Amino acid sequence: MSRIVVHGLEKSYGDARVLERVNVTAEAGEFLSLVGASGCGKSTFLRILLGQEQQSGGVVVVGDRPIVPEPTPQRGIVFQRYSVFPHLTAMQNLLLVEDFRSGGPFGRVFGARRKSARQQAETMLERVGLAHARDLYPASLSGGMQQRLAIAQTLLGRPQILLLDEPFGALDPGIRVEMHELLTELWTEHGMTVVMVTHDIGEAFKLGTRVLVFDKVRHDPQFPSAYGATITYDLKLDRKNRASAQDVAKVAAMVGTTRLDSAIATTAS
Amino acid sequence: MNTVPETGIDVAPPPRRRPRVRLRLINATVSRGGALLLGALPFAAVAIAYLLASAQRLAVNPSDKLLPSPAQMWSAFFDLATVPDKRSGDLILWADTFASLIRLFAGVGVATLAALCLGVAIGFIPRVRAFLLPFVTVVCVIPPLALLPILFIALGLGETAKITLIAVGVAPVMVRDIANRVMELPPELVAKAQTLGGNSWTMVLRLVLPQIMPRLITCVRLALGPAWLFLIAAEAIASTEGLGYRIFLVRRYLSMDVILPYVAWITLLAVITDWLLVRLSHFISPWAHPVQNR
Repeated sequence: MSRIVVHGLEKSYGDARVLERVNVTAEAGEFLSLVGASGCGKSTFLRILLGQEQQSGGVVVVGDRPIVPEPTPQRGIVFQRYSVFPHLTAMQNLLLVEDFRSGGPFGRVFGARRKSARQQAETMLERVGLAHARDLYPASLSGGMQQRLAIAQTLLGRPQILLLDEPFGALDPGIRVEMHELLTELWTEHGMTVVMVTHDIGEAFKLGTRVLVFDKVRHDPQFPSAYGATITYDLKLDRKNRASAQDVAKVAAMVGTTRLDSAIATTAS
Repeated sequence: MNTVPETGIDVAPPPRRRPRVRLRLINATVSRGGALLLGALPFAAVAIAYLLASAQRLAVNPSDKLLPSPAQMWSAFFDLATVPDKRSGDLILWADTFASLIRLFAGVGVATLAALCLGVAIGFIPRVRAFLLPFVTVVCVIPPLALLPILFIALGLGETAKITLIAVGVAPVMVRDIANRVMELPPELVAKAQTLGGNSWTMVLRLVLPQIMPRLITCVRLALGPAWLFLIAAEAIASTEGLGYRIFLVRRYLSMDVILPYVAWITLLAVITDWLLVRLSHFISPWAHPVQNR
């Protein structure tokens, strides 16, 4: 529930510039979809928002302060892989949130607080449809169940900003649609600002209130990594007035996707 | 053209035996019984070779000491295990075993503790890594047995020197292994733990320790090999009891009937320790050992 202001953001690794001149302001409660060709720096952008990496230049403000250069509970994250802790069962994964938040030097809450944490976790497990998998380790959960658990865990942390790094990239199409519904519901309930990186244009249009395309505008044929990507297209979507097929086609062309038909089909449905 | 005849198809009856297909060597699996049999073969081969050679030598010279018969070895071993020593009144086998295992476990225990504390600190905290990793890396390549005289001079001939040798011998490798393991933790997990409010210490407790526990146990299993080596070396040089001491003591009398059972006994102890550690790992970290093919 915080606005994000990014101004003049730059990121280089040595000589190679990944991002340059990135400017964007996201109001509280917006759902930003970031799309772009592979390697265009959208995941880097997300990791900078997370605090896992630091920008080489420019400012990122979340709420009313520049972001702390390390991950904090202000920003929650769901990764595509390693999204939950493999050494804990589903239930323990959710309890860990309260343990970390107020567990003191043992990293564990006891007594009445543990009881209430357990209740919250139980409610959350039911909310995401994992009550039956309470005592299973992530290794025995399907990909979709793991991602549901990851989202539940992240939401229990009550982040102001939810960052999603291709969260559904490894899931089957059917499961993906289920996850879209779940995510939309949770977003409506909690109202946090969401920034999602995705490869799937259809998903970007279906879920986001705004689609941002990352691409390089400047090219140096002698030194391809001289210039970085920036936001080349910023499309605000109305929840009621969904994107037109033309918009989708335009973005798809920018990203150079080969899955245009499926993208349009997903959006139309 | 390609119509399927609807009736009167000649379906070949299923073959009575599974047809023998020649699979690639890497795909030809072994049944449970077959695996047991194959696994037992090398043991049987060694046993038979020994029995033949022993019988041959004893036939020529009944007082031959080099390849004693199983009966001779058993009686020597049995005496050591049940008949009190005339001088000290101890049951020698048990006194030796007890003394050796205490040294072994104390040494490996100290090394494990060091590996856990230093390894996690080096792997998880960049400042500690910058401070200690070069040192540990150098210490790692010092041959521990070359330190043995120094330890005996500095610490005397008592238990401390032997335990220190074992600890110093196995700890550096374990520290490095654990540190590497911690550094290999998926950055996603560390980032996520931080977004959930973990601080450096609670992340050690709730993320790093449970994640490296299976590796630590594997580390101990691997370290036990060198640990036995250092134990026996230390006992051979300065000791008054212990499995290694006994072997080197009776070597003077060519008492193969004691040495061979002792070697077998050490092997048995090592195998049991290893098995117990595997069970421990399953008990502590069930998530790291998913049940397969049930």
